[in-house]
Amino acid sequence: MQTAKFKGKLIPYLLLSPTLAILLVFLYYPVVQTFRLSLYRVAFLGLKTQFVGMENFITLLHDPAYLNTVKSTAVITTVVVVGGLAVSLFIALLANRKIRGASIYRILLIWPYSLSPAVAGVIWLFMFSPGFGPFNYLSEKLVGTELNWLGQPALAITLIIIASIWKILGYNIVFYIAALQNLNTEVLEAASIDGANGWQRFWRVTFALISPMTFFLLITNITYSFFDLFGMIDIVTKGGPLNATNVMIYNLYRDGFEYYKTGMASAQSVILFLAVVALTIFQFRTSGQHVHYGG
Amino acid sequence: MKRKTRDALFTHAGLIVISFLIMIPVLFAISKSTQTRAEVFRYPPLLGPGTAFLDNYRTAWHSFNLGLYMQNTLVVATIVVVFKTLFSMLAGLALVYFDFPLKEGVFYFILFTLMMPTEIMIIALFNLVSDLGWGDNYLALTMPFLASATGVFLFRQHFASIPTHLADAARVDGAGPLRFLWSVLLPMSWNTIGAMALIQFIYMWNQYIWPLVIIRENSRQLIQVGLRSMTAVQDTTNWGVVMAGAILAMVPPLTIFILLHQQFTRGFALGQEK
Repeated sequence: MQTAKFKGKLIPYLLLSPTLAILLVFLYYPVVQTFRLSLYRVAFLGLKTQFVGMENFITLLHDPAYLNTVKSTAVITTVVVVGGLAVSLFIALLANRKIRGASIYRILLIWPYSLSPAVAGVIWLFMFSPGFGPFNYLSEKLVGTELNWLGQPALAITLIIIASIWKILGYNIVFYIAALQNLNTEVLEAASIDGANGWQRFWRVTFALISPMTFFLLITNITYSFFDLFGMIDIVTKGGPLNATNVMIYNLYRDGFEYYKTGMASAQSVILFLAVVALTIFQFRTSGQHVHYGG
Repeated sequence: MKRKTRDALFTHAGLIVISFLIMIPVLFAISKSTQTRAEVFRYPPLLGPGTAFLDNYRTAWHSFNLGLYMQNTLVVATIVVVFKTLFSMLAGLALVYFDFPLKEGVFYFILFTLMMPTEIMIIALFNLVSDLGWGDNYLALTMPFLASATGVFLFRQHFASIPTHLADAARVDGAGPLRFLWSVLLPMSWNTIGAMALIQFIYMWNQYIWPLVIIRENSRQLIQVGLRSMTAVQDTTNWGVVMAGAILAMVPPLTIFILLHQQFTRGFALGQEK
């Protein structure tokens, strides 16, 4: 960045001070505190705290119930991210074609970005409710029996996954359309002249060229599945049935705010935090090698 | 030529079907939000309008306090949007138009917070805000959100893309940095400001877990938690009213989205990978 600079050593710090102060007090300090609390056992209502070292972590990693929340999180995240991105890319490719009314279609495709997970949750809960939801009526007509969407683990997970993909679709489509519009069409034409067919052109050229965007969306979608699904799960399944949708953030919330196991919940926060850090480092490492812009 | 029109036709058909599929859940919710309890439970499901439109929305707004919750959320979201945008612009100004010691350190200090969503440290944040005595206070709902790496980087990226000679000209004029921000940068930043306002408004409007744990006083609660409480008693839930609540809760962010989506695409999505 070769830009003309203003003089002054103190002024930039003054300009940065509101941001830095808030990040320090409300982000860094709580993160450090979370690490500290994870090493303690805190009795009910915080009356007594006792240093226990790594004990909370050891307990968690040996607890089948906790490992089950890790598994649920992994399953839901994988399907939401991979399925969501594939569907979004397909729709973005369609919406990126040069047709009349393209801008109207764009609004019609991306507006769910403004929905909250809670609103999405309430609507989908109602649609799949046993007894009167329209999907039960449909399944009764089609397969002759009502499917218990909220009572069967596999169905409940499916419901959460579909609703989550629906909610994030708009966000992904915006970014994919933006990436496609930034594409250098000369490369595509050159590939076309070289005799690449449609499928090859897509994989070898388009998909490769927009891979930086895919990596960006990969991280934002993983974060979404890890944290933002809380509202949806809290409303639709409450972690059930049989803990099938009890993802890590939901388990953490219950341990921290319903059972008051502060130390244990903090240890779970640390595990989630380390997972996010690992994923972010992975993204920075890999996306560096996949940048195909220019030329 | 013929093939081209056929392709276009297929594209239109595909996009119309997909747009409709995406809209189905909300159309369904709108239809149910107008129905009485009996109409909601009718089998096979009644998919048109019902007879309780005004009743349901009135009940959601008054009896379930959604009007109050929406007002609270509007205040909180507006405060956060205004101050976060302001603070992010100031930080962007410092990072692009100044050289100062530890600049790189400051940059990374801000960057790392991208890995720290509120949810991760919710227990320690809860303790901190309670110790500050802010429980049940708007300070609890606004202060922790007044700064963000996303905002700073949005403006940093945008300012860096503004041609150099403009800053030079301002310096020759003898304008100070704030004057420069106000009269040169601000008029060129409306897309970025629009994108920022959209993202932050929706982010705040959709806050769920934080108000759920920190706010005890019902009259201070935010909209998403208000919606949650409507479904709390499932067996006796009046789903027409709940759907009315869901529709009410989605109107403000959807309005902002429709007003600002072009700024969002130009100012944020297109800038993201450059």
